[in-house]
Amino acid sequence: MPVLAQVDLRLDAGPLDYTLLAVYFVFVLGIGFLARRSVSSSLDFLLSGRSLPAWVTGLAFISANLGAIELLGMAANGAQYGMATVHYYWIGAIPAMVFLGLVMMPFYYGSKVRSVPEFLRRRFGKGAHLVNAISFAVAQVLIAGVNLYALAFLLNLMLGWPIPLSVVIAAAIVLTYTALGGLSAAIYNEVLQFFVIVAALLPLTIVGLHKVGGWDGLVEKVTGGPGGAEQLSAWPATELTGIQNPVLSVIGIVFGLGFVLSFGYWTTNFAEVQRALSAKSMSAARRTPIIGAYPKMLIPFVIIIPGIIAALVVPEMAALKAGEESGVVYNNALPALIGELLPNGMLGIAITGLLASFMAGVAANVSSFNTVFTYDLWQDYVRKDRPDEYYLRVGRLATIGGTVVAIGTAFLAAGYGNIMDYIQALFSFFNAPLFATFILAMFWKRMSAAAGWAGLVAGTLGAVAVFVLAETGVLDLPGQGASFLGAGVAFAVDIVVSVVVTTFTRPVPEERLVGLVYSLTPKEDRRHSTTGEDAGWYRSPLLLGIGVLVLTAVLNIVFG
Amino acid sequence: MARKAGLFDLRLVIAVLFAIYGVVLLVVGLGFTEEADLAKADGLNINLWTGIGMVVLAALFAVWATLRPVIVPDVPDTPDLPTGQPSGTEG
Repeated sequence: MPVLAQVDLRLDAGPLDYTLLAVYFVFVLGIGFLARRSVSSSLDFLLSGRSLPAWVTGLAFISANLGAIELLGMAANGAQYGMATVHYYWIGAIPAMVFLGLVMMPFYYGSKVRSVPEFLRRRFGKGAHLVNAISFAVAQVLIAGVNLYALAFLLNLMLGWPIPLSVVIAAAIVLTYTALGGLSAAIYNEVLQFFVIVAALLPLTIVGLHKVGGWDGLVEKVTGGPGGAEQLSAWPATELTGIQNPVLSVIGIVFGLGFVLSFGYWTTNFAEVQRALSAKSMSAARRTPIIGAYPKMLIPFVIIIPGIIAALVVPEMAALKAGEESGVVYNNALPALIGELLPNGMLGIAITGLLASFMAGVAANVSSFNTVFTYDLWQDYVRKDRPDEYYLRVGRLATIGGTVVAIGTAFLAAGYGNIMDYIQALFSFFNAPLFATFILAMFWKRMSAAAGWAGLVAGTLGAVAVFVLAETGVLDLPGQGASFLGAGVAFAVDIVVSVVVTTFTRPVPEERLVGLVYSLTPKEDRRHSTTGEDAGWYRSPLLLGIGVLVLTAVLNIVFG
Repeated sequence: MARKAGLFDLRLVIAVLFAIYGVVLLVVGLGFTEEADLAKADGLNINLWTGIGMVVLAALFAVWATLRPVIVPDVPDTPDLPTGQPSGTEG
């Protein structure tokens, strides 16, 4: 939200709304204190002792991603591009989440690694590990800062709170419960947050639909509006991609967003995978992203549709959409609609839902940062072989340190609006080639240690090159086209460089790859138990995965 | 190493939060809704309806937690693996 809105988006929140918000904070902190009782080792603190049931980790899996930028950004995309935004969910998330659960989780969970970088260390040794661990740790604290700033910015806009005050208060709350209860507190709060967000957005959607005259009214108004009827169908999304040719646009979505970008994000981003690693069994770990996929499939209906409605019923948003200068930006769509439609009471719930989402985003960044910092950087390179209490303490201190750096980043972002965009771009550079490296690592035993880091570095540089070409205008791709192309280039370069480097270097000895590579892992080690709490057809990861894919395909046809 | 008695039941926490929210919204929806509030939400008493929804959600979680309580086994059902550095040396 770099552009300051001129229009008054102040919500008239009353004592009742603030009380509802305060009740939520009491619960959030209470969870931190309660979770603290179960922390007795570093694994408890950083991975919840691998003890959580699948429905908890599954909801946390999507909540960790349901942060500030996601919520406001997707509503904004809905207002601007219409239904094509659903691709970020149906193409850009569901297949990757199912793939993570069915194909990759046996290696992540089965090898007992404690983080995604740790998988790279055991597969490739130090080179690839350092590249990934450092880039991930740096990106997470920077993104946490961006999330904090976005939160403070919104609070300032909606409630008039000073930005520095909001940054410090929000950081203090997140820090309190993550430093006390570790990952368990973060995950439990993410589950709570999920329900609060739905409780805020579902009524908003219902009132909004009522206002525009139901679904028929929505269709009629959008068709007659500046966007036209094509904004009601998900395909071919030429506006979203910025690619005029419909066939190329579809290819761009399926390969750029659906394959490279989304698989890179969902299957290798430790902030996500960490939720599955904290599950209590292999079966629960495999079900985590798949259970998360079901609500993920439905959530666009309460994020994107309010965005579309905001562009119809909020006068300033409608003016913006018609191409006039109106003083609002698309990112204001959700708060503007909340201010337009919700009376006191529901208003408090909606504010709570937005705040909950922002804080959970920050907590997910911080709680994955502290794990990578403790296990992958401190334990591997700085102080080895200390007793576990030592690493528990390091984990707590890393939580505090990471939050402090995030506060600094938030103030930096407050000073220079554009910095947020650059940090996002930076994160996508690191993320883009990771999926290529992981998929080769897990299925190609010949791949050498040198290929591990060389592929990652070359792929990242490929994404940077596309970014620079697009920024300087050499490549003309408006919309999201440039990021789709950048991810595709990163993926291709990573594969090519990995294969070429492998042919010139020695393979990793096979005995070290047991449990990490498909062909060298005994079948029993990849299989999950189907007894006790993992029994029953409805707990089969394969069946659940196929189910969500079929439902998503149906939704694509209905809303295509 | 035996685990400490498991985590508190998250389902009850969710039930309590939404029971509080639900009852508050119900009361506001029934007793303190003015014409202006109704007009804002296009004639819907959204506080009332959301309140009902939340109370139902709270009840569902409470029932679930009661019917299927968390059982903390005396001995962990899977042998705990060592939590330290995994074996295997660097290359």
